[in-house]
Amino acid sequence: MRAPALSTILKFALFFAAVVVIALLPRFMGEFRLSQFTFVALYFIALLGLNILTGYNGQISLGHGAFMGIGAYVSAVLSLGRPGLELYQLDPPGWLPLGDGMTPVFTIPIAGLVTGVVGVLFGIPALRLAGVSLALATFAMAVSLPTVAKRFDSVTGGGGGLSLTLPETPFGWDISTRHWLYYEAWATAGILFVVAWVMVRGRLGRAWRSIRDGEVAAVSSGVSPALYKTLAFGVSSFYAGVAGALLVIEVSFVNPDTFPVGLSILLLASAVIGGLGALTGVIFGALVLEFLPVYAENPPLLPFDFSTQAPSVVFGAALILIMLLLPGGFAGLLRMLAGVFNGAVRRLTEGGRPMPTSPTRRQG
Amino acid sequence: MPLLELRDVLARYGPIRALHGVSLSVEEGEVVAILGANGAGKTTTLRAICGMVRTAGEISFAGRTIARRSPEGIARLGIAHVPEGRGLFTELTVWENLRMGAVVRGGQKALRQDAKRILGYFPWMERRRDQQAGTLSGGEQQMLALVRGLVSRPRLLLLDEPSLGLAPTVVRELFSIVQRLNQEEGLTVLVVEQNATIALETASRAYVLEVGKVAVSGESAELQRHEGVRKSYLGY
Amino acid sequence: MADFIQQVVSGLASGAIYASLALALVLIYRATDVVNFAQGEMATFATYIAWSLMDHGLSYWPAFVLTLVLAFIGGAGVERVLIRPVEHRPEIVIVIVTIGLLILLNGLTGWIWGAEVKAFDSPFPNETWEVGGVALSVVDIGTLGICLLTVLALWAFFRFTTLGLVMRAVANNPTASRLQGVRVGWMLALGWGLAAVLGAVAGMMAAPTLFLDPSMMLIVLIYAFAAAVLGGIDSPLGAVVGGLTLGVLLNLLGAYVDFVGSELRLPTALLVLLAVLLIRPQGLFGHAVVRRV
Repeated sequence: MRAPALSTILKFALFFAAVVVIALLPRFMGEFRLSQFTFVALYFIALLGLNILTGYNGQISLGHGAFMGIGAYVSAVLSLGRPGLELYQLDPPGWLPLGDGMTPVFTIPIAGLVTGVVGVLFGIPALRLAGVSLALATFAMAVSLPTVAKRFDSVTGGGGGLSLTLPETPFGWDISTRHWLYYEAWATAGILFVVAWVMVRGRLGRAWRSIRDGEVAAVSSGVSPALYKTLAFGVSSFYAGVAGALLVIEVSFVNPDTFPVGLSILLLASAVIGGLGALTGVIFGALVLEFLPVYAENPPLLPFDFSTQAPSVVFGAALILIMLLLPGGFAGLLRMLAGVFNGAVRRLTEGGRPMPTSPTRRQG
Repeated sequence: MPLLELRDVLARYGPIRALHGVSLSVEEGEVVAILGANGAGKTTTLRAICGMVRTAGEISFAGRTIARRSPEGIARLGIAHVPEGRGLFTELTVWENLRMGAVVRGGQKALRQDAKRILGYFPWMERRRDQQAGTLSGGEQQMLALVRGLVSRPRLLLLDEPSLGLAPTVVRELFSIVQRLNQEEGLTVLVVEQNATIALETASRAYVLEVGKVAVSGESAELQRHEGVRKSYLGY
Repeated sequence: MADFIQQVVSGLASGAIYASLALALVLIYRATDVVNFAQGEMATFATYIAWSLMDHGLSYWPAFVLTLVLAFIGGAGVERVLIRPVEHRPEIVIVIVTIGLLILLNGLTGWIWGAEVKAFDSPFPNETWEVGGVALSVVDIGTLGICLLTVLALWAFFRFTTLGLVMRAVANNPTASRLQGVRVGWMLALGWGLAAVLGAVAGMMAAPTLFLDPSMMLIVLIYAFAAAVLGGIDSPLGAVVGGLTLGVLLNLLGAYVDFVGSELRLPTALLVLLAVLLIRPQGLFGHAVVRRV
C-alpha cells in the first residue's frame, strides 16, 4: 500500500511554511538585509532556470550570467524608453520598438520573453553540440557579453551603462520601496517555482530527463530531442531574463560589468551545490550564492578577515568536495535524510517489516 | 598442481549474474578449450581470470590467488589475454604493438631477441612493421594480437574467440600455429571458442559452458563422441 | 610589407602561447577524455611560483626549470587526487570538478600572492633584430622559439621513448593497455603532469605581455580552446597548427580590420570556435566524433 508518501506531505508543508516565513521576514530586518534577500529571490529564479537546463535536461551552461544580462538590459531600456535614453545622449536605432518608458514591473515578463527567444535561438545551433563543447560555447557567450554590450553603446549606454530611477511602491501601500521590491521578487519567485514544479513533474520534465539519461533511448520512445532541448534552453533563459530584470530594478543600474563571466561560473557552482536535477535544493544554492561571499570574507565568529579571495577558495573547494562525496548536492543530502526519516517511521509504524528491495531474478 | 584453477567462480555485471559457479583447471603444457553458445559465459570466464569483472570464488594461478588482483597485476604475473576483438592499438604500428607486448617484461632487448624466433612464424610482420595496425585485415590483426601476446613470454595464453569474423582457411592457419606453439615451445593455452569443431581438434581437453555453469567436460576425443555435444555444437 | 611581416611574426608568437596551452588541453583530452577547464589557472599558479622563486633571488632560467618540475608534480598530483575518484562518473561531474578547481586556484592565487598586478620579466631583451630589412621583436622570436622547443621535446618523447609509446597506447586503448600490464593510472597522471608543464611554459611566456594577475590566463584559455577545437580536440598537431593560425589570424584582423580593432579580438576568436563546432566539429585534423550509443 502506498501512502501518500510522508515526504510529499512534508514538502507541501515546507512550502507553505516557507511562504509564511518569507512574508514575515521583512519585519525583522533592515533595508540592507532586505535587499540581500531580494537578491536571494532573483538568484533563486535564475538557478531554477539553470537547473532545468543542466540538471533536468543535461545541457551544461556556463553562460547564464549573460542571459541575466540580456534580461537586465531589456528591462532597463524599456523602463527608460526612448525619451529616457535620449536623455543620456544615446541614439537608439529607429527600428527598435521602444516606447515612452514603462513601469518596471511590466518590463519583467517582456525581458523574460526576449531572453527566452534569444535562448531558443542559441539552443538551435547548440543542438549540434554536446557536453563540453556546449559548455565551451556558453562560456564563450558569457565572456563576450561585456564586450558586445560596450560595442553597441547606442542602445546599451556602453561602458557607462544605464541608470534607472527607483520605482515607487504601488497601490498606495505604506511600505518602503525596498520592501515592495522584496515582495515583488519573492512573488515572482513563488509563481515561477510553482510553474517549474508543474513543468518538471509533468510530461515536459519526463521528456527532459529521458533526453538527459539517454538521447537514443528517448528518441525510440517518441521524444524529439530537438524540440525539448531547444525548449529547455528557452525556458531556462526566460527564467534568467526575469532574474536579470529583477536585478536591474533592485539595483537601478546596469553596465557591462554587472554580469561578468565569474557570475556565470558561480551560478553553475551554486546550482551544483543546491543539487542538480531537483528543485528542493535550489533555495539553498541561492542562499549560498548570496551569502557565501559575505561570510567567507568575514566569518562571523572568527576574529579576523579572510581576504576577498576566500569566497572563491570556498566555492571551488565546495564544488570539488560535493562532486567527490555528495554529487546530489544539498538536495541529495535532503533525500538521504528523508530516506533515513522514512525508514525510521516505517519501522515504528509497521513493526519492522522491511520492503522488498532486491530486484527480481532476471531471465538469463 | 594445475597452472590455473577456478573453483566455484561467480561473476556479475552489475545486477546481472553471468557465471553461476564455474570450476575448471588447466595444467602446464596443455591446450584446453571452453565451448558454449553465445551468452553462456565463456568470455566472462576469461575476463574473470583477468580481473576485469567482479567475482566471487577462488581463482589461483601457479598456486597464488589472483581473484582480487587488478588486470595489470595479473598480466605481470605471466598471463597474456588476447581479447575478443583483439584489443590492438589501432593507431600504433605493427612493430609498436609488439613493443607494447614486451612492456610487461620491461626490456626492449628481450623483444629483439625473441623477435627473430616469433617472427619466424609470421614473416609478413617484419616486412610491414611500420603499417598502422588499424589498417590490417581481420586475420592479420588476429595474428598480430596473438604474437603480441606471445612476445611477453607468458606462462598462460588466454585466447578469446580467435576465429570470430575470420575466413575458414585463416582460422585453420591460426589454430595450427597455436598447436605448433604448444608442441614446440610448451605454451599453455586456454582458448574460448564458438567453433567447437576446430577447438576440439586442437585442444586436448574441453569444458562446455551453458548458462554460466560447466555442463560437460572431458578429453576432446570423448566430447567429440558425446551425443549432446555432437548435436548442439558439432552439428552431427 | 614590413609591417605585415611584423604582424605575422607577432601573431606567431602569441599563437605559440595559445598552441602550448591548446596542446596541454589536447593531451589531457586524449588521456582522460576530459577537457580541463582549470588548465589556465594551473598555468597561472605555476607562473606565480616562478615569480616567487625569482623574487627570492633565483635567476630566470633556474627558476624556469624548477617551475617546470614543480608544475609537473602538481599536475600529476591533481590527476591522482581529484580526477581519479571521479574518472568513471558521468562527464558533467568531471567537468564540474575542473570548474571547481578553476575557481579554487583563482582564489588561492589571489589569496597567497595578492590580487595586484605584478610585473614579470621576459628572459629576452627588449630589442629588435633586423632580418631582411624587417625589425622583429626579440621577445616575439624568443617566445616562439621556447614554445616550439617545448612542443618538439614533447613530440620526441612520445615518438622515441618507450614511456611515450606506452602513453600513446593508453590514449588509444586503455583496456588493452591494462592487459599488457600497464599501470594505466600512473600513465594518466604522467599525462596531466606533462600538460601542466606545457601550461607553465605558456604562462611564463605570456606573463611579460599580459602582466601577472590571478585571472591572466582566463582569456588565453579561451583562445587555447578555440585553437584546440579548430585543430581538432584529439589532434596534437591540430592544436599546434590551430594555435599558430589563430594567433596570426587574430593579429592580422586586429591590425587591418577596423571593426575588429583591439576589443573584438576575443569575440572573434569565439566566433571561430562556434563556427568550427557547427560546421566541422572535428576540426582540421581531428577524427569524426562517434556518438557513443
